[in-house]
Amino acid sequence: MKPFAVIFCTVAVVALLLLVVKAGEIAPLTSLPPALVSEERIDESVSVVNQWLRKGWSDEGLEPAELADDLTVYRRLSLALHGTIPSLEEVTAFKADTSTDRIERWLLRMLEDSRFSTYFADRIERVLTGVDPGQFIIFRRDRLRDWLSDQLAMDRPWHEMAADLIAADGLWTSEAASNFITAAFIGGEGLDENELAGRTVRAFLGQRIDCAQCHDHPFDSWKQQDFEGLAAFYGQARVTPGGVIDRPTEQGEPTVYRVIDPGEEEGRLVEPHVPFNEEWSDVSGSRRQQLAAWVVHPDNRRFERAISNRIWGLLFGRAWHDPVDDLAHPDEDVDDLLDVVGREFRRHNGSLKFLIRTIALSDAFRLRSDVSWADEDLYSHMSREWAVFPLVRLRPEQMIGSMYQAGRIRTTDQASHLFVRFGKLTNENDFLKEYGDAADDELLQQSGTIPQALLRMNGRFTRGFTETGTFSAAGQIMRHSGDDESVVQNCFLACLTRMPNDEERDFFVLQLQGAEKSDTNTDQNVEDGVDTAVDVARPRHQVVRDMYWVLFNSPDFSWNK
Amino acid sequence: MKTRNGNACSRRDVLRTMTACGLSISVPAMSAQAAARRSTERPKSLITLWMNGGMSQLETWDPHPGTPTGGLVKSIPTSRKGLQISEFLPQSAEQMHNATLIRSLTSREGDHARGAFYVKTGYRLEPTLVYPSLGAIVAHELPDLNVEIPQHVSLGGDNFFPRGGYLGNEWDAFRVFDPGRSLINLKAGVSDSRMALRRTGLDLLSRQFTKGRPTAEKETLHQDNIQRALKMMSSDQIKAFELDEEPSAAQTAYGDSRFGRGCLIARRLVEGGVRAIEVCLNGFDTHVNNHEGQKTQADILDPAFATLITELRERDLLESTIVLCISEFGRDPRINGAGGRDHWPSWFSCVVAGGGFQSGLVVGETASHVSEDQGKKARLNPTDPITVPQLYATIMHAMGIGWDDEIITPIGRPIRFADGAPVGRLLNDDLAAKIPS
Repeated sequence: MKPFAVIFCTVAVVALLLLVVKAGEIAPLTSLPPALVSEERIDESVSVVNQWLRKGWSDEGLEPAELADDLTVYRRLSLALHGTIPSLEEVTAFKADTSTDRIERWLLRMLEDSRFSTYFADRIERVLTGVDPGQFIIFRRDRLRDWLSDQLAMDRPWHEMAADLIAADGLWTSEAASNFITAAFIGGEGLDENELAGRTVRAFLGQRIDCAQCHDHPFDSWKQQDFEGLAAFYGQARVTPGGVIDRPTEQGEPTVYRVIDPGEEEGRLVEPHVPFNEEWSDVSGSRRQQLAAWVVHPDNRRFERAISNRIWGLLFGRAWHDPVDDLAHPDEDVDDLLDVVGREFRRHNGSLKFLIRTIALSDAFRLRSDVSWADEDLYSHMSREWAVFPLVRLRPEQMIGSMYQAGRIRTTDQASHLFVRFGKLTNENDFLKEYGDAADDELLQQSGTIPQALLRMNGRFTRGFTETGTFSAAGQIMRHSGDDESVVQNCFLACLTRMPNDEERDFFVLQLQGAEKSDTNTDQNVEDGVDTAVDVARPRHQVVRDMYWVLFNSPDFSWNK
Repeated sequence: MKTRNGNACSRRDVLRTMTACGLSISVPAMSAQAAARRSTERPKSLITLWMNGGMSQLETWDPHPGTPTGGLVKSIPTSRKGLQISEFLPQSAEQMHNATLIRSLTSREGDHARGAFYVKTGYRLEPTLVYPSLGAIVAHELPDLNVEIPQHVSLGGDNFFPRGGYLGNEWDAFRVFDPGRSLINLKAGVSDSRMALRRTGLDLLSRQFTKGRPTAEKETLHQDNIQRALKMMSSDQIKAFELDEEPSAAQTAYGDSRFGRGCLIARRLVEGGVRAIEVCLNGFDTHVNNHEGQKTQADILDPAFATLITELRERDLLESTIVLCISEFGRDPRINGAGGRDHWPSWFSCVVAGGGFQSGLVVGETASHVSEDQGKKARLNPTDPITVPQLYATIMHAMGIGWDDEIITPIGRPIRFADGAPVGRLLNDDLAAKIPS
């Protein structure tokens, strides 16, 4: 090898090493700057929602649970808005902020964090297009997700976003909203108008009309002609090399939409038709623009009810009405909570951030999930009526997000080193593959499974994130916390965002006290490499690692509470 | 036909199923006892060999040599008189007298995800309801209370793995990505004594969690799942996932491939009482250079398939095990400009062996010539078409499952397990006679 090449390689290796070291360097924990209090007054909206909630509890004869402590609420917010538990760095800064309105200010801060727009874009994108890979080239999920993220970051009104998604023309790369349309492209068949009609009603109106594709809805008022009429609004949409367009005419003839019944060949001509309030669609423009105007019309209560139910579901993990996209028709005379929340949302120009704050600051979101008694029926009743915070299993992406964050002291965000972010992404993808992705059914309530328990107990992710090496959270807590009690406390804060209670603290402190004082074992990455018999002092790193394993596998970790 | 709640699995259901299978209460746990049992007394199992990507019928089970659609492949005679299959499958050719070959399976789904969903469940993809895969239904309907390892297993699969759908995610297939090589997540990384310490800590935290949350234990099943996972980890039955006890000759016969090892483990799992196993072979999506691509995959399939049938028969397990070799769709009779074949759902082939299916039956014929513009407007059909729902209703009937039982799904709609009726001529006379008219 030539000297020049040797020098070049050496420099490259050293540079790489420096990068690695930089990625893992330890900085002292600092208090993060508090967010500014918003100018926008939200108290009035929250008060309206709380009045409705309290009346409901009173009517049911229920006394709501006590208010949860701020750390618990902070963890709920972090899981809902960033898809992960807060880092020990963030928890430390949050604890240091002793002001009475810290939840409100930290909520604002979290909404301004790019983790919110990225994470919520992913959630909304699943609602819009599902998780199927779609057609190669013409469906660009990444572009749609980026577009949604940008819109969320700038808090663009939801009705404007919805209208763009339904009616966008252009290329799937430059006009990313058009991917809502191209996601329904089936190779060899073209656009699936039925898929688009069903998804439009589910995503934007929170209702299911899909079965009316083949017959009148058996339990509802949807007719087959309603479904076909909605599908016809997409009947002139075409995917061309120049992008998505509506073609009013083709080869000199008006473009018509036909439905081919079984056994028929020619098909029936179907004109665009909305199932109610035709006047809302009475605007000039393409068929899709007419449909968009109808969907987002200010008097269309379904539109605001649907997004209110969806956001409620994303914050609590359980929609107000479950399934999230199977809402009943709005009652003409009586408002339910979705009408109350939805109206406030409309009054504030369809701001999703305002909607999130309204729900997150409501009494329901602040309640404890535990009570001081043991009546199962009463607890279930309270849970149904949101008089106690519901127990909801972490979604798969929240699970791996939390494991990854608990494995690091510092916050993993856009400011993190490239290696760290790359590591998070690859871990997340691999984990979802093994754990199971909830796809677009992510608000469906399901208990865990045995393979998931096995993955948490024995999987490589748990092994990796419980390591006590130099750069890991467990290792740094062990080395820099100070006394045994602080080690236990910091492990609990890093994994469960709470302090240990007396019994828990005593249990783990006792184990640490029984461990060897010096810890010279460097082979921390091999779980089964050097096991020590129970009756002799165990290496300290082993005790800490086992504590981390216990915390990862505890119900506290896997369930939002 | 009965209507049932989706999550209900009553003792009566279990006993009914066991009775239908002629099963006594005690089911053998491992291979030695299993092999000793007479086939008629055993509950049935299903092994699905999933040819991922779209296996070409023309280069495998339905060659048309010397015709415009035939490509370069030649055909060879088989052990079933008068039947010829592709030269790429010489060992499988010797097993065709044991199997039913359907050359006229039909679908309308030419996209991988949609096609796989349809062929795995028997229902077209629907946005509001996830249907369970055939394997999940089999495991759900034929539970074996003595089996401590998962009853629904996927070996070597990747995407589109068989799901529990509306039956619940506990019926998702338990996935082993590299069968025979790593017993993924089934072994603790620490010693028993250290695990005991960990469990003491975990019990403490679980107690704290359930205190003050009266429904937590029932609602979350957290502790229950951990207990069951630990039981599985300590069970001798997980040896069914290992190949240490298998002679090297057997391993060689199946072929030294992930798929070959998967098929061998599938046989061991059947011996252990596992109800539904899928073994996946990737790489059939040959849009380019179809001839070579299909041959490469057939070379992997051929020894594994033939050895699996042979071993099941030798161990008296073929009558109680259905082996289904199937794909999400077939490949286009027309060869494209890159020497490949594109997707073709209009007709494709599958092979079903054992479990009461006919031996040596061939169903359906397909066209030897398809012009460039055919299939673009009107759908093309094979002779004597069989739909996937019909096939699955037939498999369910053969396994003693009520194919027309209606389940009340989470969205309140009653759905039948199979959206078709059994086809009697695919089955032996005894089973065919029991199909309700």
